[in-house]
Amino acid sequence: MNHDAPGIAFQILQSVFVVLAAPLLMGWVNQCRAWLQNRSAPSVWLPYFALNKLFHKDAVIARDASPLFRLTPYVLFGCMWLAAGIVPVLATELPFAPAADIIALVGVFALARVFSALAAMDIGTSFGGLGARREMLIGFLAEPAMLMAMFTAAFISGSTQLTTIVGTLAHREFAIYPSLAFAGLAFLMVLLAENARIPIDNPTTHLELTMVHEAMILEYSARHLALIEWAVAIKLFAYMTLGFALFVPWGIARAGDWSALPVAFAALAAKLALAGAGLALLETLLAKLRLFLAPEFLSGAFLLAVLGMLIHFLVLG
Amino acid sequence: MTLASQIVNLLAALLLLIAFAMLSQRRILTLIHLLAWQGAALSASTLIVASSTAQPHLYWSAALTVVLKVILIPWVLHRLIDKLNVRWDVETLINIPTTMLIGIGLAIFAFALATPISQMANTLTRSTLGIALASVLLAFLMMIVRRKAVPQVIGFLAMENGLFFAATSATYGMPLVVELGVALDVLVGTFIFGIFFFHIREQFDSLEIRHMEKLKED
Amino acid sequence: MPAALTPLSGALAVVAAWLATGALCLARTGDAGFARRLAFPLGALAGLALAAFGLQAVWSPAEQATLPLGLPDLPFHLRLDALAGFFLMLLGSVSAGISVYAGGYFREEAAGRLTLIGLQYHVFLASMALVILADDAYLFMVAWETMALSSYFLVTTDHRLPAIRSAGFLYLLIAHLGAIAILLCFGVMHGGRGDYSFAALRAAELTPFWSTAAFLLAFFGFGAKAGMLPLHAWLPEAHPAAPSPVSALLSGVMLKTAIYGMVRVIYDLIGGVRWEWGLLVLLIGAGTTLFGVLYALMQHDLKRLLAYHSVENIGIILLGLGMSMVFIGFGHPAAGALGLIAALYHTFNHAVFKGLLFLGAGSILHSAKLRDLNQMGGLIRPMPTTAFYFLIGALAISALPPLNGFVSEWLTFQTALQAPLLKNGVVRSLLPLFAATLALAGALTAMCFVKVYGIAFLGQPRAARPAAAGAAVRDAGNMERFGMAWLGAGCFVLGLFPTSFLLMLNRVGVSLTGHGLSNQALESGWLWLVPTAPDQASYAPVIFLGVIVAVTLLTFLLVRRFYHGRVRFADPWDCGFPEQTPRMQDTADAFGQPIRHVFGPLYRMKRQLPGPDDPAPRYVLKIEDRHWFLLYLPVARLAAYLSAKIGLLQRGRISIYLLYSFLTLIALLVFAR
Repeated sequence: MNHDAPGIAFQILQSVFVVLAAPLLMGWVNQCRAWLQNRSAPSVWLPYFALNKLFHKDAVIARDASPLFRLTPYVLFGCMWLAAGIVPVLATELPFAPAADIIALVGVFALARVFSALAAMDIGTSFGGLGARREMLIGFLAEPAMLMAMFTAAFISGSTQLTTIVGTLAHREFAIYPSLAFAGLAFLMVLLAENARIPIDNPTTHLELTMVHEAMILEYSARHLALIEWAVAIKLFAYMTLGFALFVPWGIARAGDWSALPVAFAALAAKLALAGAGLALLETLLAKLRLFLAPEFLSGAFLLAVLGMLIHFLVLG
Repeated sequence: MTLASQIVNLLAALLLLIAFAMLSQRRILTLIHLLAWQGAALSASTLIVASSTAQPHLYWSAALTVVLKVILIPWVLHRLIDKLNVRWDVETLINIPTTMLIGIGLAIFAFALATPISQMANTLTRSTLGIALASVLLAFLMMIVRRKAVPQVIGFLAMENGLFFAATSATYGMPLVVELGVALDVLVGTFIFGIFFFHIREQFDSLEIRHMEKLKED
Repeated sequence: MPAALTPLSGALAVVAAWLATGALCLARTGDAGFARRLAFPLGALAGLALAAFGLQAVWSPAEQATLPLGLPDLPFHLRLDALAGFFLMLLGSVSAGISVYAGGYFREEAAGRLTLIGLQYHVFLASMALVILADDAYLFMVAWETMALSSYFLVTTDHRLPAIRSAGFLYLLIAHLGAIAILLCFGVMHGGRGDYSFAALRAAELTPFWSTAAFLLAFFGFGAKAGMLPLHAWLPEAHPAAPSPVSALLSGVMLKTAIYGMVRVIYDLIGGVRWEWGLLVLLIGAGTTLFGVLYALMQHDLKRLLAYHSVENIGIILLGLGMSMVFIGFGHPAAGALGLIAALYHTFNHAVFKGLLFLGAGSILHSAKLRDLNQMGGLIRPMPTTAFYFLIGALAISALPPLNGFVSEWLTFQTALQAPLLKNGVVRSLLPLFAATLALAGALTAMCFVKVYGIAFLGQPRAARPAAAGAAVRDAGNMERFGMAWLGAGCFVLGLFPTSFLLMLNRVGVSLTGHGLSNQALESGWLWLVPTAPDQASYAPVIFLGVIVAVTLLTFLLVRRFYHGRVRFADPWDCGFPEQTPRMQDTADAFGQPIRHVFGPLYRMKRQLPGPDDPAPRYVLKIEDRHWFLLYLPVARLAAYLSAKIGLLQRGRISIYLLYSFLTLIALLVFAR
């Protein structure tokens, strides 16, 4: 791990970059979706303007809200900021990287989910309970599925440190690992579930009874809502870059290696553009599942991940 | 591992995945499509083995598989379910998550069984023997838990797919004569099944197999 | 006190102090204030001293002593080594917090009952310490029985209620079944030589058959006390029946003495661990874990829910132990040591956070007189301190970083990830499946505690509070707060500074199995937790917490600086339906409905749904344990049947009894010829 100045510079650069670039990714996905639906697209910079507008507003809070309610948006933002610092977006061997491995990363996301569910239950209306209950229903299967998918990568590279995984997988000669293919498919399914995308949840719905994630943040407004929306964008960014690090890790620089940075940026931009377009395509082609088919969807992901792990052990591929 | 054996491993994994997917599918039309994909994966893997080990009779084998398992039999089944108007097999004997868990147990058992055997073989694809055995067992499981007759037939055909894959992976395929014979048997069998289905439907007005229990002597 | 007190004599002094405190409570009958303000805090101080001696013992060589108490030819042998020191530390530190809490909790208790409770409580603590210190089977069984009896009396404190009496009976019954198994195990191990001291048992060489028999007896005997499947039925009955500090002690510390017994007997006395044993432990551990958490999700009684979570956490400890045994059995002692360390770490963690949760539940019961989640709501407003500590406990048990629950689960996952070391293909692929079970259980626990915390503390009150009319719900008292704060601080310390505990547990592992973690693991400094090698896995909870807190503060300040911090208050969003009542929030059963839907067949459910024309619609849900009907009731019926048959011998007529004696005499004369 590089604890010297270039390493720390890389760390700060990556964290700030992710936080600033995440809304752009959301804008890109929305734009691709609009093109696919034959609508004229909003600008890719729209999320930034939306955030700015939200920050200017007065926060309207329910009378009986507890301190937990007001604290949660900041905690969520902090958790996502931490996740952005750990995932090797631009570079491996960052100073913060050894602080958390893939299991701790799943733990960070779980912490964020628990806090947002608690904040949802704080108001005391039926919608908050609805959102919290549904979110935990999806979360209780998504978390083990993601852990199993990441364990497959961990078994192949012999470590749970993201730095080591990226290093091992990027520098091996190109080989098709069926187990990684299964784990990748499972990871994609979990990405859709955890980031509240179709087919699990519709991020643009206005009907409260169909909401999962949106029902949890129904009471938030102004700067709290802005922080939560920003955290959601950073979460999607972190998930996508985590997928890249585990399954297509080429192009990631080493911390302190300034010459490799432009390549890293270019590779990241290309991967994100493709992934964002792919996400929009998936959202357009699939329909939202009935709520109680979501556990079946996610147990399918869980079984795929377990299958991938078994295939790794028994076929060594 | 060479590229050819890696691709064969990938196709084997795909085969196993399709076997699991068939366990969990409720729509019969999707089952037929999955069967067709399984046949395609099978012929692709036979083709690759043929090209990397220069065994000409495997080319014929692959061609036969494509014609029979990817085109002919799925088409026959398609027409069959159109005539019988069977679309969904909603209930299984035990629910789907439990079936999947049993399936995973069977897969581990099959792999454990196949490891010493595959260490003896010296073919290109020996590590896939376990997967072939697992697909056979999973197809058998599928036959057991289904309530309608058509998915049972599909399970039977999937079992045959698994056996074929086992043959290719252990011994580079059976002699061509044997293969032709087996293929003919499977084709004839499918036609006969079709005739039986009409009879069953006429007799019991439904294709659920538990009606056949009425035939026992009481 | 003399300047240099050896750990063993210190521990014995603490035991004596506890017994003395109990006796004093009895002597000062009728003086409730004494019991509260002097006895329990004294007990807490003694606990702290015990923890210090335990800590010292982990780092010192093993000590032995013999006390001339007991029977003429069977004196008490005592031994304090690293494992015992660790468990004494657990007992002392956790009971200290609970004792302080108890001093405040029992403030409304009648004086007569309080003296009895004081006596039983301190005898309970002393007997647990003696179980840990025992070095021969005789003292072990004496202390074990004392522990069972004193806890029975504590559980049946409210013995006028029939439900509590039957809970106590079930508890005592299964405790004694376990004790018989443990006794048989000692019998098998000593092999007829007549020397029951642990040194002799350790040295005895057993054939594989007998060592497996001893293992099975020990596993099921201690497992009955630990609340393992299928001998768990007493836990959800007995723990809620007891007063809350006692529940905390039962769940937090007593279950751990069972784990101590398991580790001591299997690793130390039997030795020669086989991998098949580990597989059995893993299977039962996985079943216990899933069973515990799935049933916990269905409960709406807060203390019963916490009791089921204790079952689940025992399962997690067993998962760690099982993995350790599998690795040791296959000849990988370093991975085995890691598994043992993970299991022991989770033991300590569970004691701390489960104790905290039960204490919080006790405060709710005490202040708001509420036990049913379906009637709670919005308690964070009248009870903010309790809510804060309960939140720490809930986050800890859900295994969320940077608290302590996450560390032990992380270590268990790391143990499972050592699976590629194994050569046996089947076992190698089974280990990750058990890790998957652990992941599933962790996620379900998080769901359950979101439900508990959200329904109890957040939102609006679901029913009129049954506290005395007009009197508001008060927050916990000072002593209660202190007890909870102590345990909450424990959660943080165990979570943020895991490396020190890792080093300590490594000493325990080395003293038990002769092997410890690799050097790389031990030399990584206090900031990084490294179980095997730094590039394989590492975790730094301080950085974790530091970053989140720093970013939270920074964001708060930046937003205030660049924009503003204005707030307006209004009513919550009602979707255009103005008749929202608090009763429209989720109840505990409602929150668990998705789980009932997904895992339906596992429960034995009886539901009564209201019809559309019902004038007074009611929804009744009853969830019962299948084990009760499949295992316990048939065994009970068999026992009743056999007893009835044997009861035929008792005729009530004296001539028949004289006939029995006569026949016996004849038989003896015939056979002794």
